[in-house]
Amino acid sequence: MCPSPSPAPSLQRVHHLLGQPADLRGHLDAHGPLNVARGRSNSWQHSLVASLEESGLTGRGGGAFPTSVKVAVSQSGGHAGMVVVNAMEGEPASSKDRLLLTRAPHLVLDGAQYLATLCGSDRVVICVPEGRAAAVAAVRHAMQERRAHRYARVREEIALPPDRFIAGEESALANWIESARSAPVFRPDKGIPLRIGKRPALVHNAETLAHIALIARYGSGPFRARGMSEEPGTCLVTLSGAVTHSGVVEVDKGTPLWDIVQRGQPVEPVQALLVGGYGGTWVGYGHFRTPYASIPLRTIGATAGVGVIVALGETSCGLAESARIARYLAGESSGQCGPCAFGLPAIADDLARLAGGHCDHGLLARLDRRLGEVNGRGACRHPDGAVALVRSALSVFTADVAAHSRGAPCSSWRNPTVLRFPRPIGLGG
Amino acid sequence: VKDLRITIDPVACDAYGYCAEILPEVIGLDEWGYPIIRDGPLAGELVALAKRAARDCPKRALTIRARADRLTSRPVRRG
Repeated sequence: MCPSPSPAPSLQRVHHLLGQPADLRGHLDAHGPLNVARGRSNSWQHSLVASLEESGLTGRGGGAFPTSVKVAVSQSGGHAGMVVVNAMEGEPASSKDRLLLTRAPHLVLDGAQYLATLCGSDRVVICVPEGRAAAVAAVRHAMQERRAHRYARVREEIALPPDRFIAGEESALANWIESARSAPVFRPDKGIPLRIGKRPALVHNAETLAHIALIARYGSGPFRARGMSEEPGTCLVTLSGAVTHSGVVEVDKGTPLWDIVQRGQPVEPVQALLVGGYGGTWVGYGHFRTPYASIPLRTIGATAGVGVIVALGETSCGLAESARIARYLAGESSGQCGPCAFGLPAIADDLARLAGGHCDHGLLARLDRRLGEVNGRGACRHPDGAVALVRSALSVFTADVAAHSRGAPCSSWRNPTVLRFPRPIGLGG
Repeated sequence: VKDLRITIDPVACDAYGYCAEILPEVIGLDEWGYPIIRDGPLAGELVALAKRAARDCPKRALTIRARADRLTSRPVRRG
C-alpha cells in the first residue's frame, strides 16, 4: 500500500525494525532520548494511547490481539504493574526475537519503558531463555549501557526462565516470575489481566515492544504507511526449510506468502508452506499467493500464528514431518492437563503410523475423534495448536493420506527432517 | 435468568470420573477418563445434580459459573 501525498522521500521516515543501531550511542543518534512524560501527564498518555490505537498494531507473539486494547485494559487496572518482555520464543522454527535482542535491544527495552510509563509500572522484566548465551549477553550489555547513561526511567532487570516451548506462554511466564514454576495456569476468564503476586503483569512480545518504541516516537503514520490498511505495519518472519537463505526477514503485512519464500531462494519445487510455527497450519500450493496477514489466512482456514514460514520441498513427506512436529509438541506438554498429556502422544502415535504406512483399519476415524476431543481442553492453547497442525496436514496432504493409509507410503517418508528441533525427534510408532 | 455453565479446571482434574456418573446427560469421559462437557447452557432441572457433582469432585475441579464476559465487551477506561 502506498501512502497518500507524502513528503520528499529523503525526509520521510520509514518504519522498520531490522537495520537499527545495536548500541546505545547509535540508538540515541538515530532516535534521541526517551520522550516519556515526567510524572503523570494525561496529555502525553492520551496521545500515546491514540497513536497505538491509530497504528492498528497487533501483538506479535502469536495472538495478534490489538495492542491498544491490551494496553487500555492494563491502564484501567489502577495498580502499579510489571511490564514483562516476552522474548522466550520457544518456537523452534523462530529466531526473530533473539535476532531483535542482538540487533536492536534498545528498541525492545524502549517499548517496555513507554508501556511502563503509560501504565504506571515501576519494573520492567525482560525474559530470555536460560542458555541462549548470545541473546542474554546482548540484553545484559544493553542494560549496562542504559544504566551507565542513566537512560531508562523504570528499573530494568533480566530473568532467565527454562528454555522450553511452553515457557513463553504468558501465564507460564507470569507463574515462573512469581514462583519459579514454568507451567501454564488455568484461567477460566482470560479477560482478567494476569497477575504476579498482587500486581498486574503486562506481558508483551519483544517484537511488539520494538514497534511500540517507534510508534511512540514518530506516531502511527510511518507504521501505517507499511502493510495493509486492515493490518498495517511490518512484521518479522523466520524463513526456513527448502530455501538457500534461511533467516529472519522483515516484510510488510499482507505480502503474499510466495513472495516471502522467494526472498530465501527455494532450492527445489515447494509443495506446501508451514505458516505460524509448529502450532500453526500447513498451506497448500493453491494458496501460495495468500497475503501474509491474519484475516486473509483465516479465510483459507490457516492461522498467522507466530512469524514463521517453513517451505516444504517436493522431496519431503508432509505427513512424516507433521508426525515429527506432533511428537515434539507432545513432548513439550507441561503434563498438567490429562487431555494434553495423554491426547497429544496418542495423536502423535496415530500420525506416525500413518506416515510409516502402518495404518490399521480404524486409524483415520480414531485420529479424527481424538483431534476433536483434545481440542480446547487444556489450561492453555498448547493442545489446540497441535490439533490445528495435524488437521491441516490431513487436509493439505490428502493424496499422501490416501496412499499412506493404503500401506503405500511415499518414497520420501524416511528422508531426514528439514525441520529444526532442539533435540532429535524420532518418528517411532 | 442466569446462563449457567460447567467449567472443569483441567489442571486440577485427575480423572476420578464421578462427575460423569452423577451427570451423564451433560458430562462424558474421553478414552483416558477425563470429562468432556457438552456445549451450551445447563438445563434448569440439572442444576441441582451439577452442584452435587461439583461438591463430590475429589479435586474440586468442577465449578458452575455464569458465562464469562468477553474481554472486548468489557468497559475500558482511558487515562
